[in-house]
Amino acid sequence: MVRFDDVGLSYAGHPEVLHDLNFELAEGAFRWLLGPSGAGKTSLLRLMYLAVRPTRGRLSILGADVASLRRRSLPRLRRRIGVVFQDFRLLGHLSVFDNAALPLRLAGRPEGQIRADVGEMLRWVGLAKKADARPAELSGGEQQRAAIARAVVVRPNLLLADEPTGNLDEIQAERLMQLFKEMNRLGTTVVVATHNDALVSRHPARALRLERGRLIGTTCEPVAAYALPEPEVQ
Amino acid sequence: MMSRHNLLRPAGFDELGLRRALADRMLPFLVAAMAFLAALALAGWIGAASLARLWQAGAGTSLTVQVPHPADAAHGGETRLEHVVGMLRENPGVASARALSANELNALLEPWLGAGADRLGLPLPGVIAVRLTEPGFPLGALAERVREAVPGTRLEDQGIWITRLATLAQSLQLCAAAALLVVAGVAAAVIAVATRGGLAARREAIEIVHGLGASDSYIAGQFAARATLLAAAGGIAGGVLALPVLLGLANLAAPFGTTSEQAGAFAMLPVGLWLLLPGLPMVAAAIGFTTAQATVRRWLRQLP
Repeated sequence: MVRFDDVGLSYAGHPEVLHDLNFELAEGAFRWLLGPSGAGKTSLLRLMYLAVRPTRGRLSILGADVASLRRRSLPRLRRRIGVVFQDFRLLGHLSVFDNAALPLRLAGRPEGQIRADVGEMLRWVGLAKKADARPAELSGGEQQRAAIARAVVVRPNLLLADEPTGNLDEIQAERLMQLFKEMNRLGTTVVVATHNDALVSRHPARALRLERGRLIGTTCEPVAAYALPEPEVQ
Repeated sequence: MMSRHNLLRPAGFDELGLRRALADRMLPFLVAAMAFLAALALAGWIGAASLARLWQAGAGTSLTVQVPHPADAAHGGETRLEHVVGMLRENPGVASARALSANELNALLEPWLGAGADRLGLPLPGVIAVRLTEPGFPLGALAERVREAVPGTRLEDQGIWITRLATLAQSLQLCAAAALLVVAGVAAAVIAVATRGGLAARREAIEIVHGLGASDSYIAGQFAARATLLAAAGGIAGGVLALPVLLGLANLAAPFGTTSEQAGAFAMLPVGLWLLLPGLPMVAAAIGFTTAQATVRRWLRQLP
């Protein structure tokens, strides 16, 4: 599903931000991605959602070797990965419906199916009544739920979230976690990067721990149930 | 708003917000200006070409021969004039040869000498109007024989002037072609700059859509569709605006050609121009499409 072999990443002209990453995520796994600010969590997620390619090592995402993949093969792979950002990244000039429908339209799905799927997804995240609103008319929590609807509407194999609760209050953060757990239960591999210790302790699961660009704690074997507390790795 | 979702995907669904990023004022205006110039250059091209044809067809096949002392006797009881006419008519390549009458000569000279030039008693040469079967027929040998038989005869070969005028017309055509190329280049540059402006303005939206799995061809297609539409609109506007100017110029140039003012506006412009003018918006649209495609695809290469 996801496999890192000695992966290193540096941005052009800068020292390496991620070093010697080795881990594997099985299909249906759930992982917290933990670590202090600047540890490289966002860079690790960027590698996984194909916003950057590793500068060394071997990275396999959804069974595809990212380094050897041609650039024009990447979009198809990206459509199988859902991403939720802290700042939502909704398109301000489109309605909630059109934002959530975007991945399906990019994939060229028929409009009838799009209407059904997006309608269902908006009901699932509780935004059915706001389908025609612009993102600016929504609260932070509603915008985040719209972003999640967009991320999961294509039923991605891999769902990544970067500080998804950063702009949400406790109740909304809790609701978000329920959505992630539901997706995971349906078979999606989920990785959530967060600083929110309270959230992690309420939803114990295995974690990838990063510090200064290195993985200091990892779980390599497939995990049947994410709800197991992760053994501390020193 | 909800009713919109009941229809099929709206044809002009604007994911990237290009309707604002590639605004519908400046770009069509600039393309219209380019199309206007292109229409003038096209008219110049066609005008030069038809003038060259006209000169070659008219002057290229005509020739005047001057025979001094035309009434003096030559061989066989003929006058010198009659002898030259006979020689010319027997020559292959000459369609007709006709000596101008005294009245015709007087009419030719009237602007310079006034009416009644014959009364001045000037020793006027005989003038023979010759038509050749084809322009540029070689006359060297004929001129030689005529001069030998009737000394003093002069063939006014207009070939050299035709060659010079043809060269002039050709260089005019080259200028028009160069103008067309420059105009097309500037139009492409204008569209490239506008497209880059649109890319900068919608960078965030493009990155989002790219991250969601939009291919380069999808994003480039969105820009190209918009640029094509705006360029075509500009091309139509420029072509339409150029029409009255072209008609005015054709009116001024009418004495040089064969068309007449009374024949109506349609006949005033050459048919070729009427056929090419509708091509302007199409060429503008093609330039808009290819330029936007190339610009966006090159820009997208900076994204992974």
